[in-house]
Amino acid sequence: MNSLLIEYLPIVVFLALATGLSLVIVLASVVVARQKPDAEKLSAYECGFAAFQNAHSPFDVRYYLVAILFIIFDLEVAFLFPWAITLGKIGLVGFWSMMGFLGILTIGFIYEWRKGALDWE
Amino acid sequence: MILATIAFYFFAAICVASAVLVVTLRNPVHSVLFLILAFFNAAGLFVLLGAEFIAMTLVVVYVGAVAVLFLFVVMMLNIDKVGMKEGFQKYLPIGGIVCAILLAELILAGFGIRAAAGEAAGAASGAVVPPASTLTNTEQLGMVLYTDYFILFQSAGMILLVAMIGAITLTLRHHPRVKRQNVGDQVARDSKSTVRLVKVKSGEGVKP
Repeated sequence: MNSLLIEYLPIVVFLALATGLSLVIVLASVVVARQKPDAEKLSAYECGFAAFQNAHSPFDVRYYLVAILFIIFDLEVAFLFPWAITLGKIGLVGFWSMMGFLGILTIGFIYEWRKGALDWE
Repeated sequence: MILATIAFYFFAAICVASAVLVVTLRNPVHSVLFLILAFFNAAGLFVLLGAEFIAMTLVVVYVGAVAVLFLFVVMMLNIDKVGMKEGFQKYLPIGGIVCAILLAELILAGFGIRAAAGEAAGAASGAVVPPASTLTNTEQLGMVLYTDYFILFQSAGMILLVAMIGAITLTLRHHPRVKRQNVGDQVARDSKSTVRLVKVKSGEGVKP
């Protein structure tokens, strides 16, 4: 087995512990506690009064805009990682290649700022 | 090696199972949550392949951002759960054709890799091993991405710019009734044009 996967072994152990612990907590509360459900207990609790409407109320489209702008800058950061660790080896071409990439995205950033896409009305 | 094989079947089984649940569950929010589980297991498969950077990008970008976007879209569309399954029969043939083509491509690619491995084994009398390298996966990627694949990298930036501008033009609406602060207007406001001093005679008042 190669050394790369050995490095991930602690994460696997951690995940197994987390899964095991959460299963124990959920299952124990099902098994140990007394279960006497009725219609009132199972209904949604909303600060004491009856629920007004379905929880699936439509979201404003502006959340979508914020999410898509986040994805774009998330990707930009993801591209920065391999660049940062190889910067010493790829030379000036690599450096200016990334500067061009960042410049293109900065144009978009200025555009969205001037358009007011980052303001919340 | 047996541990890696067990891990592969574990990740692959959960990945396939949650992918099946994504298309069969009635509640679209649950579908998105199982999609996230599928993404995590695909990331596990990438780690097993040694592609660490791709695995972490999958978690950061797909789980962290794309799944959130899917949730927003599901919330935005206000889907009724009953009507969700109505188009299932109608879309079954075309979906089946697309699935069959993808499966055929996968099988052909698998045979292609196996044939290439067989030729290499015949030539070098050994298993195909990539040239031993002290560089990590992420470094290998960085060595070629910004120099050898310069054009593709810059086009990725262009595509992201287009996506950004497209999203803004499609979804950004300024409500006319909402008052917004404009610092430039505030600073440029002159007291001479807005304030007027008037001498008022007793008992007359001011005409505007």
